[in-house]
Amino acid sequence: MELVEAIILSVLAASTPLLLAATGELVTERAGVLNLGVEGMMIVGAACGFGGAWLSGSIIIGALCGIVAGTLLSLIFAMMALGLAVNQVATGLALTILGIGLSGLIGAGFVGERIAPAPHLHIPGLTDIPFVGRILFGEDGFVYLSLALVVAVWWFLYRTRAGMVLRACGDNHASAHALGYPVLRIRLYAVMFGGACAGLAGAYLPLAYTPFFIPGMTAGRGWIALALTVFASWRPGWLVIGAYLFGAVTILQLHAQGWGIGIPSQFMSSLPYLATVIVLVLISRARTGGSTAPAALGTTFVPDR
Amino acid sequence: MLDSTPAALRTAGTPLLQTVGLTKRYGSFLANEKIDIEIWPQQIHALLGENGAGKSTLVKTIYGLIQPSEGEMRWQGEKMVLSGPSEARARGIGMVFQHFSLFENLTVAENVALGLDGKESFRDMSARLEQVSNVYGLPLDPKREVWQLSVGERQRIEIVRALMQDPKFLILDEPTAVLTPQEADQLFTVLNRLKAEGRAILYISHKLEEVKRLCDTATILRGGKKVSTCNPKAETAASMARMMVGGDIKQVEAAARRQITVPRLVVNDLNMAPDDPHGTRLEHISLELKGGEILGIAGVAGNGQDELFAALSGERLAQDPGTVVIEGIAAGHLSITQRRKLGAAFVPEERLGHGTAPRMRLSENALLTGHAASGMVQHGFVNTAATLKTVDRATETFDVRKARRDPEAASLSGGNLQKFIVGREILRNPAVLVVSQPTWGVDAGAAAVIRQALLDLAAAGAAVLVTSQDLDELAEITDRIAVMFHGRLSAPLATAEASRETLGLLMGGSSLEQKEAPHAVRA
Amino acid sequence: MQFVLEKRAERSNTIALVSPLIAIGLTIVTMSILFLILGKNPISALIVYFVDPLIDGYSLQEIAVKATPLVMIAIGLSLCYLANAWNIGAEGQFLIGAVAGSWLAVKTQGTDAGHWVLPAMLLLGAVAGALYALIPAICKVRFGASEILTSLMLVYVADLFLDYLVRGPWRDPAGFNFPTTAEFDPVATVPLLVEGGRLHLGAVIALLVVAAGAVLLGRTIKGFEIRVVGAAPRAARFGGFNANQLVLLTFAISGALAGLAGIIEVAGPVGHLQPGISPGYGFTAIIVAFLGRLNPIGILIAGLFLALTFIGGEQAQIAMKIPLDVTKVFQGILLFYVLACDSLILYRFRLIFPSRKVA
Repeated sequence: MELVEAIILSVLAASTPLLLAATGELVTERAGVLNLGVEGMMIVGAACGFGGAWLSGSIIIGALCGIVAGTLLSLIFAMMALGLAVNQVATGLALTILGIGLSGLIGAGFVGERIAPAPHLHIPGLTDIPFVGRILFGEDGFVYLSLALVVAVWWFLYRTRAGMVLRACGDNHASAHALGYPVLRIRLYAVMFGGACAGLAGAYLPLAYTPFFIPGMTAGRGWIALALTVFASWRPGWLVIGAYLFGAVTILQLHAQGWGIGIPSQFMSSLPYLATVIVLVLISRARTGGSTAPAALGTTFVPDR
Repeated sequence: MLDSTPAALRTAGTPLLQTVGLTKRYGSFLANEKIDIEIWPQQIHALLGENGAGKSTLVKTIYGLIQPSEGEMRWQGEKMVLSGPSEARARGIGMVFQHFSLFENLTVAENVALGLDGKESFRDMSARLEQVSNVYGLPLDPKREVWQLSVGERQRIEIVRALMQDPKFLILDEPTAVLTPQEADQLFTVLNRLKAEGRAILYISHKLEEVKRLCDTATILRGGKKVSTCNPKAETAASMARMMVGGDIKQVEAAARRQITVPRLVVNDLNMAPDDPHGTRLEHISLELKGGEILGIAGVAGNGQDELFAALSGERLAQDPGTVVIEGIAAGHLSITQRRKLGAAFVPEERLGHGTAPRMRLSENALLTGHAASGMVQHGFVNTAATLKTVDRATETFDVRKARRDPEAASLSGGNLQKFIVGREILRNPAVLVVSQPTWGVDAGAAAVIRQALLDLAAAGAAVLVTSQDLDELAEITDRIAVMFHGRLSAPLATAEASRETLGLLMGGSSLEQKEAPHAVRA
Repeated sequence: MQFVLEKRAERSNTIALVSPLIAIGLTIVTMSILFLILGKNPISALIVYFVDPLIDGYSLQEIAVKATPLVMIAIGLSLCYLANAWNIGAEGQFLIGAVAGSWLAVKTQGTDAGHWVLPAMLLLGAVAGALYALIPAICKVRFGASEILTSLMLVYVADLFLDYLVRGPWRDPAGFNFPTTAEFDPVATVPLLVEGGRLHLGAVIALLVVAAGAVLLGRTIKGFEIRVVGAAPRAARFGGFNANQLVLLTFAISGALAGLAGIIEVAGPVGHLQPGISPGYGFTAIIVAFLGRLNPIGILIAGLFLALTFIGGEQAQIAMKIPLDVTKVFQGILLFYVLACDSLILYRFRLIFPSRKVA
């Protein structure tokens, strides 16, 4: 029983950065922009987040540093892809390469340092309920934040006018422009939000998941987050399911390595990545009637005046 | 210049909208030059001019989408500067676009909400939407998603969206281009009602007979300038056309008698599910086209014309080879390259992006369709000289105007690019030519050249299939006309005997004698 | 005040030639600022990065050696990118090619095998790379799955697979438990061009690849098909070109070139199979491809330039204690500037001032 509880707790923890990053990218893509730089923004968020927390002694400051770092990086992307109409795929890749390099530079000074990890919630009475207590009431702030964020994004997209306008930009930017909406500005905000989320997701790793920083600690999570938005068909509800499924695969293979099955550890470690490929294939196949991606996703828009 | 504003209205005061010396410059190109126009209430004012004359630019300026380079606009006598369409809407200016500003994957209600300013709650707006649409006889279901709707229904959304702002001034850009004659009549009823309510309407069209029926006054643009104002009811279509073009258009000459020979393109009971879930399914399409003949296919956009073109060209393959027969050979399973080798040639509706690669040069675009059978490729290597030769020949024969010998396709004007595209196909001496919307968005001079080329090609013995939304064009060049509706093709009527009314009814889906093409014999 | 883009009627050829130079200039300025922030003298740093490696004969050879895999991979990538098929997994294809070729080397180790071994290894490397690249290609063509994500995921898988092999079944028993195979036999090694130097046959192969790429893209109908399918897919279909077939073809060629580069790298400069045989060649090649404007000659020049920065980076670390990550940052920034300057080829930039209201 305790083992199951421990597994569930670690799945929640493993899924949280995926959920945070994917939520941000979902908003970005819903506005019609494909930002492949998530991995780069995440890893810079990790470096800056850890640095901020270590220097200030506060997890919250660390998280804010991560958010700011991710947002600043996303601004570079916005300048290129929105301002200069550069191909979005190339720009996103460049952002990832830059981000990986920058995080190495920034994080170099922090390797080997340790901080106190983010505190977990403790409500006397509730948290102590056997089995459910720690899962529901004993998580760290990031986990609750990630779930609240998904709900907020869902409400924004489907229950507010601003969200409807954003969806319209992702559906047909020419029509949105003809009706007078500032498509590029809306896309800019969406990209910035995506950057903030990716930065926060990255910061989560050294602040709560493991209380230290190593270069490359995102290990491809940013890419998995991109796959998640596809898997979720750009709908927030499915994003949660997908994130937790991937978290589960990651954790279970880790545990399986310890069970002495005789399968090489490298094979087990490759399971999350293989799972991503399989999921992408299955989900794309299921939608052979035409994808439900935002129709204008990835296309360049240059308004005429 | 005739001034046709009724004296009665003039004494009522200042015009609702007035532009003074309105000019718009793009680099060295003047899209609009010193345009003075007056719009009065309770009037339907036509804006005439051929493609490229500057009508869209003017109208977008009035709607606040474009900022003028010089000149000013006055609304109810006071100077008006618009920062964007929402400000125009706030003043009471509404616009129904030619290319709809709709969002396919959103609902009707959401689409309307996006065209309004969001001051009322979504629920109130949906209720008002239903009410307004019923009052004007343009019924809409707020919950349906736009991709499910027909072209006529989509236009209704545009109109209702504009009407819900209670506009004093409504602009319509080529509204009947995508409607059947009967739907157009319904639209006119709505417009006359709006006029009676005291609103002003600006009506852009190139359909002169329509303008004569509907409009009280007309302003004619040519080359970015206003050339005259007139009363359409006092003019003839020919006199207005002359003012639009600045001279007489060369009349298209049909050869005295064309020899009709053997069937060169035969379609046998073609059925095809669409590629795209929003597309149209083709059902039991049959036709027989002989050499020397020009067959026209009329129909409102969205009834399967694109799908038929793809099936005929080989961009989509049929299950049964016998459904498409070219020069007597079963071709339904053959690729477009193989069909070109059989002697077929194709001109699609979309010039940029389909008929040509926009950012590639004309010689490369000549290679695009010529690689199969025109000596341009030897042992896998491209013979550049041969491709350039085609460009030169097309330029000379079809009078293609361009800035240099081998420019990018996108740098040519619509008319010139279309002449090149049609030219490169005709220069291959095809046995069968399938062409879709040959003169859509093309200036009158180029249109005449293209139509003449089609007639000449048929006179030389080729079989020509022309799909067009322009009934006048079909009347001018075809021998027979069939109508597409919901993926089905009517039996062809002799052009000389097909009245607009009959065609209109067929385009709208009703058929007088429930005639459909009989299932033809296999090749 | 607003900054707007205006589409040009035709692409500007002057800008196309000049833009890489502008991009390099801007990058150098930005890097100087970065050096200042790091507390290093920008001028000395720039000299160590760009000038010193060119003076030394040994460094020049190193540059060619480092450029070889970059150029080979980038040529393959350029074909994919021109066709709008985004192969991001070249790194994985490189590793799998290295593994496949190494299999033969390990198998024939110590036996008296003939000179057929090396060509066979190269062939195996190329074929394995091609097959590995076909996985994401087929996923895209048959199932519509994003090739960006699938090809990238397979990089992680390839990396782990290689790790398993050199720590497990292929580990050199006499190697003191280091994760590496034994040194390859001479017949399984890529021959040097200059005795005692570093330049090897791979450089010649790379040049041949550049020439082949130039002919393919510039002169053949297949090259035309590749270019059209990426530039105007609907027009390509109208021209009778099969987009799916072209995706498969470009991925296969690109995978083959990456795999070939992988085995050459292992059987040449390194001499045995170990983890980390690639300092990210597959990803740097992406930058080379863009910097070279997806053009074979451009890629050759760009590959040499980026190899220069790798060597310069290593020397800067030794001489001035500048972290190696600076090289990555430099490459990322360079790519950004190249993309930004390239925008000028298609668009004009204008600053619009709000119209002044007349009283």
